[in-house]
Amino acid sequence: MSDDVYDDHILDHYESPYHRGHAEHPTIAHEDENPLCGDQVRLELVVDENERVKEAWFDGHGCAISQAAASILTEEIEGKTLAELKNFQAPQMLELLRVRLTAARQKCGLLSFKILKTMIYTLEERKGAGSKPA
Amino acid sequence: MTATLTEPRFDVERVRRDFPILGKPLPNGMPLVYLDNGATAQKPQKVIDKLSECAENYNANVHRGIHSLGDRVTVELEAAREKVRAYIGAAEAEEIIFTSGTTMSINLVANAWGRKFLQPGDELLVNEMEHHANLVPWQQIARERGARLRFIPLTADGRLDLSALDEVLTDRTKLVAVTALSNVLGTINPIGELAARAKTRGALILVDGAQSVPHLATNVTAPAIDFLAFSGHKLYGPTGIGVLYGKRAVLESMDPFLCGGNMIRRVRKESSDFAELPAKFEAGTLPIAEAIGLGAAIDYVQSLGLAAIGAHEHELTQRAYRQLSQIKDLKIVGPGVEHRGSIISFTVEGVHPHDMAELLDRRGVAVRAGHHCTMPLHEWLKVTATTRASFAFYNTPGEVDALCEAIEYARQVFRRK
Repeated sequence: MSDDVYDDHILDHYESPYHRGHAEHPTIAHEDENPLCGDQVRLELVVDENERVKEAWFDGHGCAISQAAASILTEEIEGKTLAELKNFQAPQMLELLRVRLTAARQKCGLLSFKILKTMIYTLEERKGAGSKPA
Repeated sequence: MTATLTEPRFDVERVRRDFPILGKPLPNGMPLVYLDNGATAQKPQKVIDKLSECAENYNANVHRGIHSLGDRVTVELEAAREKVRAYIGAAEAEEIIFTSGTTMSINLVANAWGRKFLQPGDELLVNEMEHHANLVPWQQIARERGARLRFIPLTADGRLDLSALDEVLTDRTKLVAVTALSNVLGTINPIGELAARAKTRGALILVDGAQSVPHLATNVTAPAIDFLAFSGHKLYGPTGIGVLYGKRAVLESMDPFLCGGNMIRRVRKESSDFAELPAKFEAGTLPIAEAIGLGAAIDYVQSLGLAAIGAHEHELTQRAYRQLSQIKDLKIVGPGVEHRGSIISFTVEGVHPHDMAELLDRRGVAVRAGHHCTMPLHEWLKVTATTRASFAFYNTPGEVDALCEAIEYARQVFRRK
């Protein structure tokens, strides 16, 4: 854990993000913002028939923490199953950032994580609705 | 024979010693460079002492107890009201309503005046540089009454475009709500001309003085305005206290906003008669010590003199504007220094304002980052956020330099060449 929020790991992801852009045929997409500072992130996932994240993309604007965190998240979750992502928790997300965030900046660092959790929940709802007997 | 009059130089170092917080290093050991005065100003020892004096010596409710503490606190509160009256040039102390702040003052007018006098088809004239507190209350009351908002357009450099005023200020306009000094652009608006033009249409004018009253001389009778709203804590006073000035005839025409203790004359089972001004609009127990503390803050500002304060702050603003303009990829929003109060907001390419504020804080420089409660203005500016430096009379040229050095540091951290 680095005490310098703006270490190379964060700045590298901020300047040269992993998968910034859009999926061609996303299975699910969701966006949210941090109204206090205006960070905005959109996540798009392509999920295959084995419930595994094949592609993860993000787009958005905002502070370095929010955008680097989205980049780090997309890199992390590709190849993971929805079941694995269901167990993925906020402290693990903060761990992935490798820097210590103040309470105020955790909102920035966890914005994309929050969006991911909403998507997982929505996918489960969809699955539940689809499997109900007609 | 001629005498040479030299203005006594504004002694900023002496003034700084009146503010205990300015001498205390931050947790990281850096000296504090406080440039967030637009959000709240620091308090001089005289204000801090007045709050303690109040709590230790004459804490009681006002206008109630027939006992010596109650008498003393009432005298102190009414003395504070008189200080506010003199400071803004109002004709009568009864026109000074104590509220919890600018937001409450504007909401009071929107509700108490708007609900009684606005009719379907009426118009309220606002503009995109207004703080949410001088926009959202009007949106809400307009919706409730079937009235509509119209907007004075802005010029490219962030001033009100008065050449378009005749299109939006019409016989349907019932009230013009405008800030005297934009909390983001720093623009000083031409209140005199707006007040005069509103009057020709029979419209009232409400001025948001939150940013102007601490820095610019205010006189509510010249040019004559109908309402002025401002807060104590931006005027070096306590939080939780604000002021609504209203012209007597207008205040008397309005019904009460909040109802309860202190604001009544006689209560029967089914109906009530209301108290005279100002009590009519001061329901419940006031923030008493805070109001008295505001009086002490006004005494302090008056002892320095607004002319000397204004000259010093203008020098700081000029210096900051000049130096900031020279920083690569830095863009100042709003007009040139000649139209500006002591506020400068800016963006720096490649460094988000939120990151900027955090990196400036490492150097001890406190600024504000975000949309500053002006989302429509930021939409107009086509940016999601800005960084704002706002100066007060206790800031120094050296602090302006520290701001600029800290911005260069932030650019380096973000590897900007």
